[in-house]
Amino acid sequence: MRSVALYAIALVALLAVAFVAYLAKPPVTQKPELNTSRERTTDKGLYAVSIAPDGAEVKQGELHSWIVSVKTAEGKPVSDAVITVDGGMPEHNHGLPTAPEVTENLGDGRYRVEGVKFSMSGWWELRFDISSPAGQDKVTFNLVL
Amino acid sequence: MLVLTGCGGESFTDDEKAIIASLSLSALPPLPPDPTNRYADDPAAAALGATLFFDSRMSPSGTVSCSTCHLIDRQFQDDLPLAKGVATGNRRTMPLAGVAWSPWLFWDGRRDSLWAQALTPLEDLREHAGTRAFYAHFIADSFAERYERIFGALPDLSGVPGHAGPFGTAAEQAAWAGLPAERQDEVNRVFANIGKAIAAFERSIVPEETRFDRFAAALTAGREPDDDATLTPEEIAGLKLFIGKATCSTCHTGPRLTDDSFHNTGVPPVDGLPEDLGRETGVDQVAADPFNCFGKYADSGPEACGELRFMVKDDPRLTRAFKPPSLRGAASRSPYMHSGQIETLEAVVDHYARAPASVSGETELHPLTLSERERQQLIAFLKTLTN
Repeated sequence: MRSVALYAIALVALLAVAFVAYLAKPPVTQKPELNTSRERTTDKGLYAVSIAPDGAEVKQGELHSWIVSVKTAEGKPVSDAVITVDGGMPEHNHGLPTAPEVTENLGDGRYRVEGVKFSMSGWWELRFDISSPAGQDKVTFNLVL
Repeated sequence: MLVLTGCGGESFTDDEKAIIASLSLSALPPLPPDPTNRYADDPAAAALGATLFFDSRMSPSGTVSCSTCHLIDRQFQDDLPLAKGVATGNRRTMPLAGVAWSPWLFWDGRRDSLWAQALTPLEDLREHAGTRAFYAHFIADSFAERYERIFGALPDLSGVPGHAGPFGTAAEQAAWAGLPAERQDEVNRVFANIGKAIAAFERSIVPEETRFDRFAAALTAGREPDDDATLTPEEIAGLKLFIGKATCSTCHTGPRLTDDSFHNTGVPPVDGLPEDLGRETGVDQVAADPFNCFGKYADSGPEACGELRFMVKDDPRLTRAFKPPSLRGAASRSPYMHSGQIETLEAVVDHYARAPASVSGETELHPLTLSERERQQLIAFLKTLTN
């Protein structure tokens, strides 16, 4: 009888420890929802920018192109913008594995950006620095692969 | 006990399952075409390439072939900290499984195609120590018929010295400089074709299925893994660390367990070796290589040269950055790192946990607390990637 009681106490103690461990476990942190919109306004509000893959869907590890469309806040296409491209993975502290460039001004405020590659799955930022007579401004897009 | 086992982690989240599937061999895309090498998938070229790969006459000393360092029964590497041709080099021999999927070759990506890579050791004074004139003569003397069936007529080499090339001894360099541009071009073309044949052979060296791949396939299909596809609780814990807390899969990603990019991980230099800045030097070398994608010996137009055209050139991140090697087979492939700096997997894991500062440039690593048990779990997982 006595040993049964001891077992019972031990079991209760074990369960109590497990319960405390369960409570102490940090809650599964939900990542804040990323804004993955492909239409965004630049930081200072000068331009409305939208991006779309040029052709097929984006695949991890493959070089591909994007079409970037730039309009003024009033919706007028900006056809004389100078655009530089940057980006990286904020969670991993590294930049883009390639150096993408605007290779063609397609007219009507549309530009082709070539040489983009996402070398792994996860959250990537694609940043554009845009200059035109209307001024200089920046925009960041979030992409999740 | 039951409670503890239940927390052991034999179940995976959907995110973890997706990452595991992305690391498995079934996620490997088909062998990519190499538009710079029109003989890449020509069986006769691959057969000639295989012959040349194992032929030690591919060095003037008659002692060094590609297989001297790339040993067929050792994952096409040599288990040495530094490669040994006619002399000792300053880098570790890389294994070859899956090499045809790599956009950049060598630890520093100083070549941009498999055929351009294959040419480099042939003229390295520490490796084969030959010259391109020597190789052109060797092909004409020993393999003329096989060569011409694939590549067309050999040039007339009667005016070409036996030993002449841009990287040889002073005398060999002088002999090369003395050749008219057309003769140089003809020799270069034979030389490039040798690389294309060897590359055609190397395209057949592909990664093998491992226990991890069988486990991943079962997990993806939602079925119980068979005997030869089972991972132990320790290996599963290691896998979770690999894709989670230890962040190994940040760079060791995809089915080849590499992101094909370049990273400074603070690996210390080796005393007595020349300074090795890794990718910082590699970008200049690949840009200057006459056999690169933009060069006249590539069989493609510039549209095939996206990697070279859009490569990162001026960036502090390139200093002492090296390519993450595939981890397939790595557990039985000591020593580790670009110059064999680290002897054991235990010491490798310890390096990543400590994250020492780089002697120049900046390490991408952050210090990580890993218990002794977690280290053993990671190593146990790495062994599931090795047959």
